[in-house]
Amino acid sequence: MRFFLKNWVPFLAVGAAFATVPFMGLPAFYESFLYLVFHWIVLATSWNLLSGYSGYFSFGHAAFFGAGVYGTAVLAGKLGWPFLATLPVAAAVPALLGVGLGAVVFRLPALRGELFALITLALMFVFATIVLNTPLDGGPGVYMSNVAVPALAPSPSGSFYLMALVLALATVGIAYSVYRARFGSGLFAIHDDEDVAEVMGVPTYRYKLAALALSCGLAGLAGGIHSVFVSYVTVGETFSGWMALNVILMAALGGTRHWAGPAVGATAVTIMTFYFTTSDYAIAGRALVGLIFIVVILFMPNGLLGRFAVRKPLATQASAAAVVQTNAVQEKTEEPILVVRGAKKAFKGVQALAGVDLEVRRGEILGLVGPNGSGKSTLINVVSGHYPIDGGSMVFEGRELAGEAPHRVARSGIARTYQIPRPFAHLSVLENVALPPMFGQVAMDRARAESEAWRWLEFTNLSAKANRLPGELNLHERKFLELARALASRPKLIFLDEVLSGLTPSEIDGAIRTIRAIRDQGATVVFVEHVMRAVMELTDRVVVLTNGRSIAQGAPREVMRDQQVIDAYLGTARA
Amino acid sequence: MPSLTLLGQSILSGVFIGALYGLLGLGLTLSWGLLRQINLAHFALVFLGAYLNYQLAAAGLDPLLTLAVTAPAFFVLGVALHWLLARYSVSPLNTLLVTFGFMVMIESLIQWVWTADFRRMETHYGNVRWKVGELYVPLPELLTLIIAVVLASAVWATLRYTDLGKAMRAASEDAPVAAAFGVNEKLLALLLSGACAAFAAVAGICLALSHTMAPAQIYAWIGVVFAAVMIGGLGNPLGPLVAGIFIGVSEALTMALIAPAWAPLVSFTLLIAFLLFRPQRVAA
Repeated sequence: MRFFLKNWVPFLAVGAAFATVPFMGLPAFYESFLYLVFHWIVLATSWNLLSGYSGYFSFGHAAFFGAGVYGTAVLAGKLGWPFLATLPVAAAVPALLGVGLGAVVFRLPALRGELFALITLALMFVFATIVLNTPLDGGPGVYMSNVAVPALAPSPSGSFYLMALVLALATVGIAYSVYRARFGSGLFAIHDDEDVAEVMGVPTYRYKLAALALSCGLAGLAGGIHSVFVSYVTVGETFSGWMALNVILMAALGGTRHWAGPAVGATAVTIMTFYFTTSDYAIAGRALVGLIFIVVILFMPNGLLGRFAVRKPLATQASAAAVVQTNAVQEKTEEPILVVRGAKKAFKGVQALAGVDLEVRRGEILGLVGPNGSGKSTLINVVSGHYPIDGGSMVFEGRELAGEAPHRVARSGIARTYQIPRPFAHLSVLENVALPPMFGQVAMDRARAESEAWRWLEFTNLSAKANRLPGELNLHERKFLELARALASRPKLIFLDEVLSGLTPSEIDGAIRTIRAIRDQGATVVFVEHVMRAVMELTDRVVVLTNGRSIAQGAPREVMRDQQVIDAYLGTARA
Repeated sequence: MPSLTLLGQSILSGVFIGALYGLLGLGLTLSWGLLRQINLAHFALVFLGAYLNYQLAAAGLDPLLTLAVTAPAFFVLGVALHWLLARYSVSPLNTLLVTFGFMVMIESLIQWVWTADFRRMETHYGNVRWKVGELYVPLPELLTLIIAVVLASAVWATLRYTDLGKAMRAASEDAPVAAAFGVNEKLLALLLSGACAAFAAVAGICLALSHTMAPAQIYAWIGVVFAAVMIGGLGNPLGPLVAGIFIGVSEALTMALIAPAWAPLVSFTLLIAFLLFRPQRVAA
């Protein structure tokens, strides 16, 4: 309730204040001008939901806006539906088209931001072609002057003003809710490193699809209202590359990583464009918009609100104390938690895993050792789902993992670190650590996940850096951030990929104590390491890999005396 | 079913338009594949080249000779663009945005100087065409095809066989390592960017020879040329030409057999098909 009062009451109060404008008897010009401001706020903010938050820039927002425009134009203008009844269709059609597009392109393994941008741009021309060549338009445009405008205010321009106001408030409200919630965290993580986000449990495919649908649906609604506002729609005016540019410009100017950025940018650009198009320098104005665009990207890559881009934490350090333990402390047992049989993985001609057999027992610390290139990291990548397995089986607590999406592997209680730390570069240290608990076995909301994160920051001595960006940490701290992030989801099984490499001897001593503490908290640990002192001190059992096969296993001291192992590490003596 | 002659003529015109796609895509594929810059301003430069060509031809200069003026001038523009993008280390996605801005600025410039009306260059080349068997072969289109094939092959051979080309490919693969082996990767990148812009001047002449021009037309080429670039494989100079001709012929057949208005769908459909079934081709 307090949250509601603090956040939404001011928001609704601003809306109510603006809603009085049509009843003040001002000239229609003000209503129409403000209508345009709201209109662009909706378009820029809806674009930002997918493109700004997740980094997949769409150059085809005009396509989905246009689908909404023609949804209403055809139903109300040609078939005589009442205007308001067409709006659900104007939202649903673009949303479905967006889902259709996403279902195809988000499955492409090669899809990167640039490709998505160009595909969406091409899509706009496709939509334009289809509309132009079918009875939807057919060429002459659609007149809407016969469509009755619902009398919400004393004048039609006032009614449009109110509709746009409500839609703008709703869109900004949605953008704010997404920004604050777990959904937003997932999208921001996708923006920084999609592979890692997926391995941390973010259902990336579903999230992108949902954001795209939301984005397209809102743009379609704006289109539906706008078609009646302009009262005559044509393909050329509706599907324009200029609009796509404008929307991106607005969002980039305001700041794509802040919920209010696009709204701020939209207001600024609309005022600027209006000033120029009504003067004698329309062409110069256009060129100037292009120039501002360039300057903003070069000098203010984060936009006007860039300095506020790091989200405020929802939980304080004090709340860490309240976190309850979820995993029961595990006793070392003989019962296997993970059984890998005949795991195979090839990269082109290189057989990185040639049928690895491995058994991890609940509660143990298992050392996974072997020379460089023996397949240790590949094994972690295959188990965590980062690489699809070519053959063999991996059974975790009775469940087959082969073929599972990485985020489902994470949810079943497996976490990993990366040998070279891969933090989310634009998320604070706290947010980095809070991400896995939001998407782990127990899906927590953001506030609880942050309390949890504080606890693990304390555990790894990073509390003082909680609000910094990962780029400001040194190597040692980044390694511990990687560790904290893997621990925060309270995994049942955790893979540590060379967490000690590059650390000084005294730092290694600290890390060894930390890893022992991890096991004592109730996790099973698989420990990949070259630092033999740590392997000998920490592990209960050791498995040795060479050339993608496991060649020995057992107690650390015995395995290290095995002739095969010595040969693998030091080579065979020439006879 | 249209007659065989008509079909042959439309395939031929598909090859010709495809050559133009390939010529426009040449600079794009090099800057995307080797410099990691997605240069939307390339389209605006092509049009600027076409308009300059139109202007100089109106003053009596032979269209092909105008290249002596436009190519060096554009080379400098290309160098300047790369300097700017490298100076601020702009990410690949942001190069798309920055060059979008340049595209709008150049478009505004064109509209300011030559207005938004359609323009058509009148030259003695325009009216020459030969009859080969049943088919008509227009000179401007044939010139475009020849220039496209010669230029793309020359660039391909340069990249593959000369030291300069090998150094460029090494620098794009791993700039720091190439630099450690004595490759001046910064200078090479500037040269390459300049060359890409000069190719835009060449494409501009071919465009002016065979097409009517209007500032708004700039956007019409983006989709299909990028489709040719992506299908052709990034960084491969022959790729856009081969893919462009493939797209051009497919479009021409769509026009002849179905309806002219559906042709814009062809390139998009082909692109999606390639992305779905040959994704490794477009993965740079």
